[in-house]
Amino acid sequence: MDNTVNFLLLLVILLNFFILGSSRLVSCIRTVAIQGGMLSLLPVLAHGFSGHTLFLAAGAFLLKGIAIPFLLFKAIRQVRIRREVEPLIGYVPTLILGTLATAGSFIFSDRLPLIAEHSQSLFVPVGLATLATGFLMLITRRKAITQALGYLIFENGIFVFGMLLTEAMPLMVETGVLLDLLVAVFVMAIVMHQINREFSTMNIDKLSSLKE
Amino acid sequence: MKITILQLFLHLLLLFGLSPLLSGVIGKTKALFAGRTGPPWLQLYYDIWKLFGKGLVLSRVTTWVFRAGPVVGLAVPVLAALLIPFGSIGAPLSFTGDLIFFIYLFGLARFFTACAALDTGSAFEGMGAVREVTFSCLAEPTVFFAFIVLARLSGSLSLDAMFGQTLAASWHSAAPSLLLILVCLFLVTLVENCRIPFDDPNTHLELTMIHEVMVLDHSGPDLGMILYGAAMKLFVLGALVVRLFLPGTTGSMILDLLLFAGGMLLLAVIIGVVESTMARLRLLRIPQLLVGASLLSFFSLILLLR
Repeated sequence: MDNTVNFLLLLVILLNFFILGSSRLVSCIRTVAIQGGMLSLLPVLAHGFSGHTLFLAAGAFLLKGIAIPFLLFKAIRQVRIRREVEPLIGYVPTLILGTLATAGSFIFSDRLPLIAEHSQSLFVPVGLATLATGFLMLITRRKAITQALGYLIFENGIFVFGMLLTEAMPLMVETGVLLDLLVAVFVMAIVMHQINREFSTMNIDKLSSLKE
Repeated sequence: MKITILQLFLHLLLLFGLSPLLSGVIGKTKALFAGRTGPPWLQLYYDIWKLFGKGLVLSRVTTWVFRAGPVVGLAVPVLAALLIPFGSIGAPLSFTGDLIFFIYLFGLARFFTACAALDTGSAFEGMGAVREVTFSCLAEPTVFFAFIVLARLSGSLSLDAMFGQTLAASWHSAAPSLLLILVCLFLVTLVENCRIPFDDPNTHLELTMIHEVMVLDHSGPDLGMILYGAAMKLFVLGALVVRLFLPGTTGSMILDLLLFAGGMLLLAVIIGVVESTMARLRLLRIPQLLVGASLLSFFSLILLLR
């Protein structure tokens, strides 16, 4: 059981790298969806079958694996963009930064005073690494949709962290987080549509200059 | 471990005898995917035999460097093959730190091939040399990180021990790292041998060639040596991948040999499948993929040191 969990977490990291290095929006969205779907298996695998974990898993799978990717796919179909053209920092430097951040989070979590049962598990480093990847996406990409993806990866990182506390975390909190996420993506999709109609581009740079 | 004459003989026999067959297997696999009959299994043997019987045309502007390129290109894979075990047959030549010697042997071959290409004075060949050197220098860190991981797992700095008996036990303790390294070494095998996602060995179109362009001016026995050297290089690098994939030993030497030979042929089939199903990458994407592979191997090291 423990091995399966660690294997899933390693896959999550590999998907992080893939997202950072890929320029096609469609494959980025698909990867984020796969990542979310895989993460939704974690509560059941890590804490066994119970009503609580099953609900968490089902909720996460429906939202992260199906609903949100569906919305994003719909959004890019509406605005007709296929790839991120010029990120603020190129793909190779972002990949290097991402690897350094991942290495850093592994080293950092070795030094954290964790309780004995968590010190060997990969939850903490993978959670930190995924958070860092989300941050990198938010910082380096120009398009509104890749920003939304960065936000989703960020949330995946929080989800991995939350796995440490699933027993203690009330259902309401988890539901609230997932709902927030859904609403955020909704808003993002609508805003993207509006931006595209006003400026006929998706670059968020345009938003910072004022217009009469 | 004492290496007998028989083992040395087997090692060289495998290297010289089996290496051109890999190219035939790759060709047949590709032909199967395309619905053609394809060249015969032994085509490369015929080619090499034919080329060795031919005369040599040398350009008036070339010097001895031009002749040295193919010779070094043939000698280096033979030397490198002596440093690594084939399957569970131990390496005939082994000393502490030979992993660095192994990597720079290929560096030497690359240097001479590039110099021979520059020696012709053709701008076109210079372009190929530049590409070859660029991609190799991006692929080298990957090999280093992979070897460091293996050295750390086996506690030894010689390739014979790194790819030796401890490998099977390491798969139980550090499977994720080894899996990542397996993927990375496979990528390096593809890029070093100019296989498809990086370079297309069949094209003679100007802008897609990397390795092929460097050997355009070679003819006759020189070209034969280059072809034979390239086949052996694929065999040597492939042997590392196969050994990593099939780390066990059956105890009987004949079975081990068959297992290793089967592994090599399987690798050739896999390369053929990759070549048939993938398109060549754009030139700009290649460095990106190579840097990605280096970072992946770096990450596998972090995972191991944790």
